[in-house]
Amino acid sequence: MTQIKAKTKNLKNFSTSTERFEGSNLLCPGCAHSIIVREVLNATDDNLILAASTGCLEVCTAVYPHTSWDASWIHIGFENGSSAVAGAEAMHKALKKKGRLKQPERTPKFVAFGGDGATYDIGFQWISGCFERGHDMMYVCLDNEVYANTGGQRSSSTPIGASATTSPAGRTSYGEKRNKKDIMAIMAAHGAPYVAQVAPNKWKDMVKKIQTGFATEGPVFINAMSACTTEWKFAPEDTIAISDLATESLVFPLYEIIDGTELNITYRPKNVIPVRDYLGAQGRFKHLFSKQYEYLIDEWQSRVDAKWEYLQRREEARV
Amino acid sequence: MLENGWDTFEIGTILRPFEGAVTDIVNTLPEHRNYSKSNSFSISVADWRIEKPLLNLEECIHCQFCWIYCPDMSIISREKKMVTIDFDHCKGCGICVEVCPTNALLMFPEQMDEAEALSNWPQEENTKVKEN
Repeated sequence: MTQIKAKTKNLKNFSTSTERFEGSNLLCPGCAHSIIVREVLNATDDNLILAASTGCLEVCTAVYPHTSWDASWIHIGFENGSSAVAGAEAMHKALKKKGRLKQPERTPKFVAFGGDGATYDIGFQWISGCFERGHDMMYVCLDNEVYANTGGQRSSSTPIGASATTSPAGRTSYGEKRNKKDIMAIMAAHGAPYVAQVAPNKWKDMVKKIQTGFATEGPVFINAMSACTTEWKFAPEDTIAISDLATESLVFPLYEIIDGTELNITYRPKNVIPVRDYLGAQGRFKHLFSKQYEYLIDEWQSRVDAKWEYLQRREEARV
Repeated sequence: MLENGWDTFEIGTILRPFEGAVTDIVNTLPEHRNYSKSNSFSISVADWRIEKPLLNLEECIHCQFCWIYCPDMSIISREKKMVTIDFDHCKGCGICVEVCPTNALLMFPEQMDEAEALSNWPQEENTKVKEN
């Protein structure tokens, strides 16, 4: 672990990592999913047992007869990526106890990936079960706020005002009507030892949190913001710029919750930019800039401000 | 396994990314790995590209921003230095050009020759960056 920590001290050192996720996968040009996956896999030198629930990541990296994974990787149904990895972890523990492992000194890390559809909605019950049973695993949610793989339907992660195919904006609707589910609070309420929110543009913060997650015993939840060029409607080269706008405007604050109570804000922007700039950069919020719906932008800003205030107070109160 | 078509493979099919036994993958560089035909490393998405990024090593400060933010593992870096771009895996998204703090990476039309681009590397954009 010390060696790994030294490796991530700066980007030049980190660039000596060898990839375990291969190119020529079929993710869209500019997709943030693979930036996140690379940062997760490069954060550790341990052996890995991985699973992916159905979603963009799974269908694009395992197109028969090809695989993009240089590690043990399983694809299973939409809902049970988490339980597949939890099962592998439990089996590993049992075989170790019985002395039946061929290489007992090798302790792999168990990681499950899922999109926001598989995490917030369809697979939620299974993830909740894994966290309740306390498996030693990490769950990474690639949160692109929409069912991007199946045509851009809204999920319970889609933020209010976003135009999705099942909640389209038009003359009578401003798009998605409900607020995004607070998955961080929900997972922390499970009493999980480590829950963190990350964004790929803040690579050091992200790698640090992933390593803390790997060093933590018990279930770890990582919510990773994954800007979707197709459904958020921006140019592929702007993925990092959009991610920067999200973290700088505090729409996507970076923080961690330890043992369900101790909240730490890990990134405070020097100059907080208005939410308007973040919304304006994406086609899915274009309609909010019409006279009819402009009041929603102010509501967005006050909601983001209130959330930031809440996070700061919780950090201070240590409860 | 590759002989089976997509509609004939059985449930529980295993795809092996490497030929033979693999022991220490994390310390083996891609050029020394024994990739199998099933590994997506062996295929190419080059035909997706309309524009390609080209690297001018004279302008490069080896900051590695393009390496960390490349979604397609196409920026090849060895021993903390940029080496080249893997055009089999690059989809031409242009993120590397956007995050480059100098003018070491620029997008050019797919058909343009690398030597031609390097000999006519735009100078005015250099001054623009310095002004900023």
